[in-house]
Amino acid sequence: MTDLTKLTLAAARKGLDDKSFSATELTGAYLQAIDAANPKLNAYVAVTPEQALDMAKASDANLAAGQGGPLEGIPLGIKDLFATKGVHTQAASHILDGFKPEYESTVTSNLWRDGAVMLGKLNMDEFAMGSSNETSYYGPVINPWRSEGSNAQLVPGGSSGGSASAVSAWLCAAATATDTGGSIRQPAAFTGTVGIKPTYGRCSRWGVVAFASSLDQAGPIARTVEDAAIMLRSMSGFDAKDSTSVDLAVPDFAAAVARGVKGLTIGIPREYRMDGMPAEIEALWQQGIEWLKAEGATIRDISLPHTKYALPAYYIVAPAEASSNLARYDGVKYGLRVTGKDITDMYELTRAKGFGAEVRRRLMIGTYVLSAGYYDAYYVRAQKVRTLIKRDFELAFADGVDAILTPATPSAAFGVGDEDMNADPVKMYLNDVFTVTVNMAGLPGIAVPAGKDASGLPLGLQLIGKPFDEETLFAAGRVIERAAGMDFTPAKWW
Amino acid sequence: MSVDAATVKRIGRLARIRVEAEEVEKYQGEINAILGFVEQLDEVNVDGVEPMTSVTPMQLRRRDDNVTDGGYPEKVVANAPLTEDNFFMVPKVIE
Repeated sequence: MTDLTKLTLAAARKGLDDKSFSATELTGAYLQAIDAANPKLNAYVAVTPEQALDMAKASDANLAAGQGGPLEGIPLGIKDLFATKGVHTQAASHILDGFKPEYESTVTSNLWRDGAVMLGKLNMDEFAMGSSNETSYYGPVINPWRSEGSNAQLVPGGSSGGSASAVSAWLCAAATATDTGGSIRQPAAFTGTVGIKPTYGRCSRWGVVAFASSLDQAGPIARTVEDAAIMLRSMSGFDAKDSTSVDLAVPDFAAAVARGVKGLTIGIPREYRMDGMPAEIEALWQQGIEWLKAEGATIRDISLPHTKYALPAYYIVAPAEASSNLARYDGVKYGLRVTGKDITDMYELTRAKGFGAEVRRRLMIGTYVLSAGYYDAYYVRAQKVRTLIKRDFELAFADGVDAILTPATPSAAFGVGDEDMNADPVKMYLNDVFTVTVNMAGLPGIAVPAGKDASGLPLGLQLIGKPFDEETLFAAGRVIERAAGMDFTPAKWW
Repeated sequence: MSVDAATVKRIGRLARIRVEAEEVEKYQGEINAILGFVEQLDEVNVDGVEPMTSVTPMQLRRRDDNVTDGGYPEKVVANAPLTEDNFFMVPKVIE
């Protein structure tokens, strides 16, 4: 029998309908693959085999009765940020030690409603703060990709590094992920997978551990554009429990995949041509432009003048919101408690021990920019700059641009324990330079694998869309995927 | 703008994160590197620009002020490190 884990989500779903194999067999194949690979890749922080096989059996019964949902019997990995009832949910942090929620997040509820099977919880940067998946309390995730002729370990990107690594290494058919500044799109680009951050408000944030509430959005990482479209449809939808959830019908995203780009106007923002950008990123971007042009799109140079201010504004807004959201971890309600001589001592010791270095650093920054005397100079100014960033995009779209093409990341995956990045937090933050504008403006963005660098590592392109027009991103993303026509499966070494 | 050692300690107290004496210098360097990075925002002319309060043009939904959930204190405290009779237990606050 063919290796069931190598099937795309769409092909696996069809195989289940055709009775080529059962959901139990499919789930079993994935559980075996996880057992073999996880000691090396560290993509999962908790595997739930009993629950997975129970869910698969239920799916087999539904399929036999001809009642399969859109994801019936499809084994998924879930980022540790999503609350899953009775199952490890710790945002990969020490401070949430032992936390098992009494409730289920809306996004995962939607997936189970549609028949999906949970394989386990995926590693991530602690509280989704990081671009390399090295800030996890559970240790770094390893990228299944390696440079040609090298055994050096590479990062899968972050914060959804476990999701990206697991999808790329055939340890789940697709995964949930979240994106606050690039945490879906950057790891997707680093692992040759497809990741989409939908429009803010498309997926409910209810039951997703909060980082920066005005920026956080859930989305899928998958192996193909079509698979990502199928996943996003199930994850999306109005939810009264999230006050920023948008009450809009969810389109059949998969139906838009084959639509093509004929007649569309694609904007190329000159401000994304950064100083010191590697020639291969520049060449990949140009290649993407040619592919879209060849399929009938009109290419137009555009200007998004406030682009360079998105990352600095983000490093005020996101830590500020985080310092407020993470105030709840106090050693009283859940997780770790370190006893002290009085209650303040207990709070301070618990939070110093429970949060890792990157989280503490951001909470300190956030606390500072919100403190008396600095609020206007930092936070209010950053929110004004954010208005200008969003306005740049609005003007481009009002001028007839349908979507915007940019590189996804400034480089391919880098090494685990990279000295430059670890010595300078700002250098690590620059990973998100092309993706963070999209969060600041609440827009949808997709990363699609489009080429490889000189050492054979995957590189991605990003498409940015109008609010709630993910369909155009799937259509244009598919054009790039097809034109690239490359095999984005890593050579197996694990 | 940059922070001095006293400010680092003050931020630590506000954030309820213990900053040990030997950690102050490291925090100070990192915080100042980030503050140096965000300083470029001062170049932007923000005269007359409204600060963003909602990224999507929508009003927060309202609902009637009714109890819609609850009645299960044992679930609320189920993950707490220390409880008694469905109360969270903390060190003595009032002498």
